[in-house]
Amino acid sequence: MVATVLWVYVGSVLWSMRISVSSSRTLPLPDFVGLKQYARLFDSERWMISLQNMALFGVLFILGCLAIGFLLAVSIDQRVRAEGLLRTIFLYPYAMSFVATGLVWQWMLNPELGLQATVRGWGFPAFTFDWIVRQETVMLAIVAAAVWQACGLVMALMLAGLRGIDEGLWMAARIDGIPKWRVYASIVLPMLGPSFGTAFVLLSVSVVKVFDIVVAMTQGGPGLASEVPAKFIIDNLLVRANIGLASAASTVLLLTVLALLAPWFHARAHASRRAGRAARASDPSEAAA
Amino acid sequence: MTATTALPAPRRPRWPAPARVGLYVFLATAAFAFLLPLYVMVVTSIKPMDEIRLGNLFAWPVKVTLAPWAQAWTSACTGLACGGIRVGFMNSVAIVVPSTILSIALGALNGYALSFWRPRGAQAFFVVLLTGAFIPYQVMLFPLIRALAALGLFGTLPGVVLVHTLLGMPVMTLLFRNYYAGVPRELFMAARIDGGGFWRIFVQLMLPLSLPIVVVAVIMQVTAIWNDFLVGLVFAGHDWLPMTVQLNNIINTTTGERLYNVNMAATLLTSLVPLAVYLVSGRWFVRGIAAGAVKG
Amino acid sequence: MNVSIRQLAVHMGGTPVLENLDLDVVAGEFLVLLGPSGCGKSTLLHAIAGLVDVAAGAVHIGGRDVTWADPKDRAIGMVFQSYALYPTMNVERNMSFGLRVAGTPKAEVARRVARAARMLQLEPLLARKPAQLSGGQRQRVAIGRALVREAQVFLFDEPLSNLDAKLRTELRRELKALHRELGATMVYVTHDQVEAMTLATRVAVMRGGRIQQVGTPGEVYARPANMFVAGFLGSPSMNFIEGETSAGGAAVLGVRPEHLALHPADGARSEGEIALVEAMGAHEVVWLDMHGHRLAAIAPATGAHRIGDRVGVQIALDRASVFDPVSQERIELHAGAFHHHPR
Repeated sequence: MVATVLWVYVGSVLWSMRISVSSSRTLPLPDFVGLKQYARLFDSERWMISLQNMALFGVLFILGCLAIGFLLAVSIDQRVRAEGLLRTIFLYPYAMSFVATGLVWQWMLNPELGLQATVRGWGFPAFTFDWIVRQETVMLAIVAAAVWQACGLVMALMLAGLRGIDEGLWMAARIDGIPKWRVYASIVLPMLGPSFGTAFVLLSVSVVKVFDIVVAMTQGGPGLASEVPAKFIIDNLLVRANIGLASAASTVLLLTVLALLAPWFHARAHASRRAGRAARASDPSEAAA
Repeated sequence: MTATTALPAPRRPRWPAPARVGLYVFLATAAFAFLLPLYVMVVTSIKPMDEIRLGNLFAWPVKVTLAPWAQAWTSACTGLACGGIRVGFMNSVAIVVPSTILSIALGALNGYALSFWRPRGAQAFFVVLLTGAFIPYQVMLFPLIRALAALGLFGTLPGVVLVHTLLGMPVMTLLFRNYYAGVPRELFMAARIDGGGFWRIFVQLMLPLSLPIVVVAVIMQVTAIWNDFLVGLVFAGHDWLPMTVQLNNIINTTTGERLYNVNMAATLLTSLVPLAVYLVSGRWFVRGIAAGAVKG
Repeated sequence: MNVSIRQLAVHMGGTPVLENLDLDVVAGEFLVLLGPSGCGKSTLLHAIAGLVDVAAGAVHIGGRDVTWADPKDRAIGMVFQSYALYPTMNVERNMSFGLRVAGTPKAEVARRVARAARMLQLEPLLARKPAQLSGGQRQRVAIGRALVREAQVFLFDEPLSNLDAKLRTELRRELKALHRELGATMVYVTHDQVEAMTLATRVAVMRGGRIQQVGTPGEVYARPANMFVAGFLGSPSMNFIEGETSAGGAAVLGVRPEHLALHPADGARSEGEIALVEAMGAHEVVWLDMHGHRLAAIAPATGAHRIGDRVGVQIALDRASVFDPVSQERIELHAGAFHHHPR
């Protein structure tokens, strides 16, 4: 059964790749057209826009989540009261579906009846907040919604990492006379490297998969301004009946994910090898050294 | 007993340092920002439409009404059918329950096999599994569609459950494998010496031990599958659309005037189950994230 | 530099851990705070370091009142049980980090690090990270961190507890040598009486937040101030025999196993029956029943003692202690004035 899963996963990936080098449209065709579909892909304005959007989304979303998540975790770690309540508040958005998040934010950012109208009603007629209907800013709106949803997760990961830090380290730093902010910057942050790495990988995977929130919030609009690769693929697969193109696109997506994962895997394997060596090196028999 | 000789009375520097005040201000502001969308959702869902049209997002309704909730539940329109979102609720339940049970059972079984029975190539398989957990579904969509169609399961409930089970297996297997890695191998060896075979050891020894991780797995799967959109969109056909897909249809494909209060009520209804799971499970939820996240 | 503690009170979460505590640490001595878990020894150490707030009383280091001073201003260095080395920095940076943060000129930092590295034989290890060091090496780096601060008082919080027995004895000797070389004041916390006896110039035995006795290892061992101290030091523990003094008051006689001499039973003196013999290599611990008491005696490993044998027991009365059974305090009485009651 373990083998079945393997077969399904590997098999379907290979099949997809096979279709991507054919000229299939509605149904898979057995011909072979080389990389023509890939060429068409990168010629398509819609695909290029979706890649740009994914890149922009990726950078802002990941940076935003890491920064805010880290700040929240550090703040909560300061032995504040109501820690449980605060954690619950920051993490509940993660329990909501991306669809729900997209819909709520779509409503809040509605220019006529949402935030813009509300603030104008408070006596600021010049206030504009129509990000969601303007091509240049719609991705920012999506980033905001996504960060709201996901930074609680980063906070949880960081908090777990912070809690794993030996108490003695804080006391030693106090005795060394190192100010608290410096402890965070020079000692804690490097120690949290693995937590940041894990968070980065998880967030990156979400970036590549981003679909639900775009469909719910903007349907890819206005125009093509918030188109993303996952949506491009689904549209070509189901609506426009161009499975060759869709398969090429999804293969590109897959390769991107693998490219992101490979260094992380390598780093983890390398770290565990190094830990093994160090464990052997700190053998008590070397105490005389 | 206080000092009787000339000892300095201890200074009590007990001013809350300005940094501490700033900290609480920051946290309070952040908490407020995080709760705001929830507040807007709730408030909008209990306002009549004429108040909404006044364009004040945060105002508490002058006239509180639960009609939007009733409407969302029983008569909201998705496309042509106007049966309300309760249809989607039933579908979601029908999808989530078997999918969760199956994916957890299989994940536990696989994790157990990988942990204790160490078949050949387990390490390589592990790497593939890890990768599989991260693969974007889009890559596998078309082959899965064709496969299900060939089996006559495309657009049926068993089909959706099958897909969810399949897609959930890598993560579940990893979760259980990591958990079983923490179970002392001596326990397993003692059971083998006592004459236990593959199935007996699994059912009688490992499953009862797995209660904590099963709880975590249930939380993860219920939340993930309930909140799923893509799989439901593609594989559920017209008869079995889950709540998330229905929700999106209600809100984004209606013609005529958009009933924002009904929309928000529908959104809240869709989010109730995972939010409830989250609030009830608290720490377990976080543990689930950490467990699923710290893979390998 | 000396450390002077006056009427110290420390509360943790509302409950008093230390109360009315007085202690003087002489400059240059190695004072060990010895006691069971929960006796407050670590709390006292942390109070000296300035890591816990003081509820009442004063701490003076080198004549200066440091009761409310920051840890970094107390001229102290501290070595923790886990050593608490900064894991992402190498040895050199671990030692120099505090100085650099304080703005010490680079040349001075380099000089101090080099001196500490030379004294602790850390020179070949300067580029390594803590994960690549052995337990003993880590301890030396932790000490080096305190050394570069030109600390006058070194505090140790059970630094050997996490190590295996062989390493512990080696590092114990290294610490003792280091103390001799540096001549600095050292305050050391442990629950292990062997560490206390071998390392200390003076021992302060603690229990329940109070100091039971302060003295040299010899004093504390030979003339314990109360039954707790008497029973805590020495292995196997001191034998206690209830009885009364010639004046008629109840008393308890305390005799160490090594002060019970065993002779062949000849009816001339008190006799006991051997219940158990533990062979320790160079000597034997012989457990015998005498007049209703179970006593431990140390005898040379002759193999002559067997279970069931009757032996004559001679107590070295001038080495014994007498205690009041109610207050458990030592009574200044020659043990000859003690009579036991056969049970």
